[in-house]
Amino acid sequence: MISDKPFLLKRLFAVSFLLILLLIVTILLGISIGSTGNEFKTIFQLLSGERAVDPMREAIIREIRFPRVILAALVGATLSLGGLVFQVLLRNPLAEPYILGISGGSAVGAIIGILMGLSRFPGVGFTAFAGSAATLLLIVLMSSGQSILKKDSLLLSGVMINAFCSAIIMFLVSMTQDARLHNIIFWLMGDLSMSDIRQVVILAATLLPCFLILFLLSHSMNLLLMGKEMAQTMGVNTRLVTMTLLVVTSFMVSATVSHCGLLGFVGLVIPHGLRLVLGPDHRVLVPSCVLGGGTYMILCDLLARVLPEHGEIPVGVITAMIGAPIFIFLLKRSRQ
Amino acid sequence: MAVDIKNISYYYGDNPVLKNLSFSVREGDFFIIIGPNGSGKTTLMNAVSGILNCQEGRVKIFGRSLQSYNRKDLAKTIAFVPQMFPDDFPFSVTEMVLMGRSPHLGIFGLEKEEDIKLAKQAMHFTEVKHLAYRKLNQLSGGERQRVFIARAICQEPQVILLDEPTASLDLAHQVKTMDLMDRLKREKGITIIMVSHDLNLAAMYGDRLLLLNRGQAVSLGLPQEVLTLHRLEATYGCRLLVDESPLGKFPRITLVPQKHDKRLGVRDKG
Repeated sequence: MISDKPFLLKRLFAVSFLLILLLIVTILLGISIGSTGNEFKTIFQLLSGERAVDPMREAIIREIRFPRVILAALVGATLSLGGLVFQVLLRNPLAEPYILGISGGSAVGAIIGILMGLSRFPGVGFTAFAGSAATLLLIVLMSSGQSILKKDSLLLSGVMINAFCSAIIMFLVSMTQDARLHNIIFWLMGDLSMSDIRQVVILAATLLPCFLILFLLSHSMNLLLMGKEMAQTMGVNTRLVTMTLLVVTSFMVSATVSHCGLLGFVGLVIPHGLRLVLGPDHRVLVPSCVLGGGTYMILCDLLARVLPEHGEIPVGVITAMIGAPIFIFLLKRSRQ
Repeated sequence: MAVDIKNISYYYGDNPVLKNLSFSVREGDFFIIIGPNGSGKTTLMNAVSGILNCQEGRVKIFGRSLQSYNRKDLAKTIAFVPQMFPDDFPFSVTEMVLMGRSPHLGIFGLEKEEDIKLAKQAMHFTEVKHLAYRKLNQLSGGERQRVFIARAICQEPQVILLDEPTASLDLAHQVKTMDLMDRLKREKGITIIMVSHDLNLAAMYGDRLLLLNRGQAVSLGLPQEVLTLHRLEATYGCRLLVDESPLGKFPRITLVPQKHDKRLGVRDKG
């Protein structure tokens, strides 16, 4: 029989505790393993406050690996949350920033920003946001008048937006001799290597308030799943909530895209996996996506660093190689 | 008066859907709105629930204008059971019913012990307690309907609006749903306003009926006053037979197929 005791907080704490534990272990793993060798011992020494640590090794861990791992966690958290929110807003389980073309739009914005010679942050961040907002507007306009955009037509329009965006990107790349675009192809495939601690701190300071806002709106997301009208009759200010969700999410996504390029399917894999295990309550899913998405991205980045014998592969290659088959599987299942 | 509507008109583009409509619903009534397809029934429901604002006229709920309510207060006064629910809704029955508490809770919707008790009572009332942990998309249409009604009850409203709750249900579930609403009215004093396609159910359960056609009120009153042969034939544009139900003092409406229509020849001559 159903117990009378409220269960939400208990569940929230239990789930968060487990996922935080997992995240910490992954972070330790992420900073231990790298191209200059595995540093489990150094990490242990650092954690236990031992003095006699090789300063060279300490510097690698502190200044290269640690910022990168934290960046990966932030990006993974953002993209997972982005997927979760778009799945609610468009009432479509296959929605995801990359698949919808929102990441692509913000990449176009970011490249235009780079060509205009703006600084990485906030300049490029702003043009990236403008790009994602434009794409989002396009999607919302296409889906207006229908409360539920049909799965297939949404995906198709996303594919088209992506094709259009990559055409614009290639156009811009080939029109310019700009040396700044030298790394752009690598960046487009998702790149976490350009991370210094200052940038990571700024990014964290921008993203964490967004996570908090989404957490506060998580119950409204539950209600929105019943349809806008129903949510309204249950006391939700649907217009305000929808607008907030759209703006906050595309802001977050464009902030990460301007830092690390296009990382696909993260927002599909993590929310689906967590929903399968934890159920559909967004009050649990939002914090879980932050923690789980972070863990997932650190692991993907680890693979990207460890798999090739020399150098590394863009982490976007890893996320797409894992995510695309899962996407096809989900699409097939949702058709049945 | 639970609901008092004066001279409302609603236009969809240039198209009037509701035209200068006035009526009121007494507190504790089972009020049923009937009318042919496209007569504006659903639009009227949306106007009463506050989902849409009419361009003209005013809607008063318990003496206060609809606009003067804030969203949460309105949700504590009126609960809405729409015609169609998403069928891919992944929540469990308990979670769904508990959502009815949200206008009474903060933005995060943190339920207390008392809210869970209310949800259990509501589930008990609509006989879905045994389904508490089932997922909504695993339920039959009738069961799901009763879950949504439980959610509305859990919202503790004074008025419940239902948009064709029996439309896709089999006979047993139709009677069960209607009996449930009737009990809700008698035991809890909740005002029920329902849109229905089924004239016989309307005749049997409604305290007062409103017959709507092309956005205008054709007739308003007791079932036997509203459901008269000529009025119904003129409104629906088909042949009918209206007599007194063997169950009591209310009309019974029977459809007359063409092959059984004895009056057809007479009328053609006239």
